[in-house]
Amino acid sequence: MSTQQEQGGRTIRCLIAKVGLDGHDRGAHVIARAFRDAGFEVIYSGLHRAPDEIVQAAVQEDVDVLGISILSGAHNTLVPKIVSGLEEYGAFEDTLLLLGGIVPDEDRAELKELGVAEIFGPGTPMEETIEFVAENAPANR
Amino acid sequence: MTSADREIETDTDDSEHAELVAELLDGRHRALARVITKIENRAPGYREIVSRLHEHTGSASVVGITGSPGAGKSTLVDKLAKAYRDRGETVGVIAVDPSSPYTGGAVLGDRIRMASNVGDMEVFFRSMSARGSLGGLSTATSDAVKALDAFGKDRVIVETVGAGQNEVDVVKTAETVCVLVQPGSGDDVQMLKAGILEIGDVFVVNKADMDGAQQTVAELEEMLHMRDEPTGGLQMGHHGPLSDGPGGASSNGTGDAGATEAGASETATGDDEDGWEPEVLETVATDGTGVETLIETVGRHRDYLVESGDLDAHARTRYAEEIRQHLRADTAALLEEELVARGGVDTLAERVFARETDPYTVADEIVGPLADCLRREE
Repeated sequence: MSTQQEQGGRTIRCLIAKVGLDGHDRGAHVIARAFRDAGFEVIYSGLHRAPDEIVQAAVQEDVDVLGISILSGAHNTLVPKIVSGLEEYGAFEDTLLLLGGIVPDEDRAELKELGVAEIFGPGTPMEETIEFVAENAPANR
Repeated sequence: MTSADREIETDTDDSEHAELVAELLDGRHRALARVITKIENRAPGYREIVSRLHEHTGSASVVGITGSPGAGKSTLVDKLAKAYRDRGETVGVIAVDPSSPYTGGAVLGDRIRMASNVGDMEVFFRSMSARGSLGGLSTATSDAVKALDAFGKDRVIVETVGAGQNEVDVVKTAETVCVLVQPGSGDDVQMLKAGILEIGDVFVVNKADMDGAQQTVAELEEMLHMRDEPTGGLQMGHHGPLSDGPGGASSNGTGDAGATEAGASETATGDDEDGWEPEVLETVATDGTGVETLIETVGRHRDYLVESGDLDAHARTRYAEEIRQHLRADTAALLEEELVARGGVDTLAERVFARETDPYTVADEIVGPLADCLRREE
């Protein structure tokens, strides 16, 4: 058949977001770059974003994947706000929500219950994350 | 996918697309975002959607911002958007960033600069990557602009890195083109000579608090001035054939020496009858200095376009170009199908290589039936 560009080949769009009072963005940068090299389109939010801003960016950019990086331990406060914001705009259902950073084991179940598809802690091999995104990013746009 | 397939899918998805369009017109952000995604992906049925939107467009005023990387485009766009919002207008932004020619991936970073408009959903900011598409980028951008226009945005800003023909085509979808230059960038100014100098309606020396800003302003003014004299009647493209008539040339000849030296802005405003004289402004985007002047100048340029009739003339030129572009793309796709049906381009290339035939003959053989078909119908 015709070329990918001609045919409307789908490019996976990701928003890599730093939320809250957490200034550690090395991980987010590394992920952004690895995703780019994997052929994804990556929008990086910049540091210290409020949940509302993340929601605004995710909705307007119509991303397939929202990767939130939190190293401050505030995930139990911030993630629910983002989830309800996405729901408000009808964008929750078809966004793959990922969490990266320091998340204690006892919080994981609750976050997954909330709608986080996967949590990637320190030391996760990059290939694993990329593979997860490639396999689980919502299709059919 | 063949065009026949495309039509079938369009039929089945017809109601879904109609619904999406209705939601967009109803002001739903999610629908607008989804429509732009479909445009970007050239998803099945996107043409149907854009067709439906077309009748609702025509009310937004479109500003293009271009310039070399690091000139401060995104920061200036942020401040512009804020200033328009303060005037009670709604704003849409399309920011185009390059994508990797190797992986197709991209990091779209313009959004980081949109600090003045966070949480304001009335500023709809969308990042687009070039996706290595030849010519397709300008189609995608102008379609996305249509979506924002139909959504009801008063102002649409298109931001792009001014690096090549592709980007120049993109920015030409705008009514007013601002070219951003940073001080001390002798090389950039050299680059501007090559292409972008012709398309700018307003030149903005950003970071005007830096050393060398005055010199850059002077250089730009000199170059713009140089351009105007010898090629007065030749600039057909963006400024339209009407802008530099014989009347303009003769009046230039008489009072030129004194008048142009007197001050760029005065000559520019006084020159409205003969055509728009590109202006050189200074801004400091980080603190918003000069943004009001820029907005005022952009407004004045639009007034000029309206009064002179160039606005409508430009729109017609743009649509003519769009029609041609679609025709090129569609026929290319048709012919690509035909190539596949004939065993692929590689097989044909092999025959050419073996001296069994030559490229012209091959092209004639493939296009021949199409030409016959079209001519018979007439």
